[in-house]
Amino acid sequence: MNTFISIVKRDLQLAMRQGMDSVMVVAFFILAVMLFPFGVGPEANILARIAAGVIWVAALLSSMLSLERLFQIDYEDGSLELLALQPCALEITVMAKITAHWLTTGLPLLIATPLLAVFMSLPNDGFWALFLTLAIGTPSLSLIGAIGAALILGSQRGGVLLSLLVLPLYIPVLIFGVSAVDGAISGLPIKAHLLIMAGMLVAALPLCPWAGAGAIRQALET
Amino acid sequence: MALFSGEDILCFRGERTVFSDLSFSIQSGEALVLRGPNGSGKSTLLRLMAGLLKPHDGTITWDGENISDDPEGHNAHLHYVGHADAVKPVLSVHENIAFWANLRTNAGPIEAALDAFGIGYLTDVPGRFLSAGQKRRVNLARILASPAELWLLDEPTTALDAEAINDLKREIATHRASGGIVIASTHTEIGLKDARILNLDDFKLTEDAA
Repeated sequence: MNTFISIVKRDLQLAMRQGMDSVMVVAFFILAVMLFPFGVGPEANILARIAAGVIWVAALLSSMLSLERLFQIDYEDGSLELLALQPCALEITVMAKITAHWLTTGLPLLIATPLLAVFMSLPNDGFWALFLTLAIGTPSLSLIGAIGAALILGSQRGGVLLSLLVLPLYIPVLIFGVSAVDGAISGLPIKAHLLIMAGMLVAALPLCPWAGAGAIRQALET
Repeated sequence: MALFSGEDILCFRGERTVFSDLSFSIQSGEALVLRGPNGSGKSTLLRLMAGLLKPHDGTITWDGENISDDPEGHNAHLHYVGHADAVKPVLSVHENIAFWANLRTNAGPIEAALDAFGIGYLTDVPGRFLSAGQKRRVNLARILASPAELWLLDEPTTALDAEAINDLKREIATHRASGGIVIASTHTEIGLKDARILNLDDFKLTEDAA
């Protein structure tokens, strides 16, 4: 637990000081969503119809933006092999890095969401559903993405490969996230959607750090 | 007394056999120097000893227990210094070392570790302003900040000046005097007293004072 906290703290400290990463992620998120009123036209009912999907897809792409660097920098400067040589399970280390990733990207996205919901004239009924699904969904995105980030270690041009690996795995989260918001707007119960998303998160919590640690061990064997 | 040994180790890199039937054994207070031309497998052997690589055949044991049975337990009694120095550019020297020391249960005073390698004056300097030799000193100070019995040093003298090499020699001697084990690969003479030498081009373990 001590190790977990130390690593989260260090990663947050690194993110704060070399700075621009989370700011860029949020800026990308806002800009990507803002393009739609320009592209589709400012009619409120059309925007409201596509709002949930647009915000979710933008959130998904922007959380992927910073994934490439999740392990890559530590891998290149030798920190990752030292982290693997500490007396605590590598899975815990991976979990700590995922937590830090969510705190520096997922959480800022969540905070920016209300602004974008207004911008896309999302109906009030859908707002809380959007916020809730993003709150449950973005940790899953960081967890699933970590497997991809660990698998691309040591490869050139990992960024493109990463999106090919990770985007298909994001589809279930996207489907339930968007349909929950649509359901809420039409006045349907969304408990089932939220429970399924929570289920995906609970499944990803142990599985993804485990798979990520396996991929890192593989990468360090070279 | 701890006993670190390997028996009949076989290791492939791709299709090539790096070494086969390699055995070694080393006790508390001893030092082993790995010699051999470039590409003879010195780094590979050190990574095997650290547990980063798994041997294709043979066993590596610590006090009779296979290190792959309890990798975290093995990690707790080793320090590895590889080619990369793992110094974060935006953290100060003190923060860099404190982070690694705090991951262990037995972190000691960081100032003393810095002074041992003559970098006490760099405490608050961010990693990005350090030269290659200073980074290497930080990496070596890291292993002093949380004591561990086994030191695996892969070319530890790279980028070090004569003064720092002397510091390293002194720390290795102190470490061995307190019952530690040092295994180092090196091309330059670091003058380890009574060290045994493992020549990797012919797997011969020769006993002599280096």
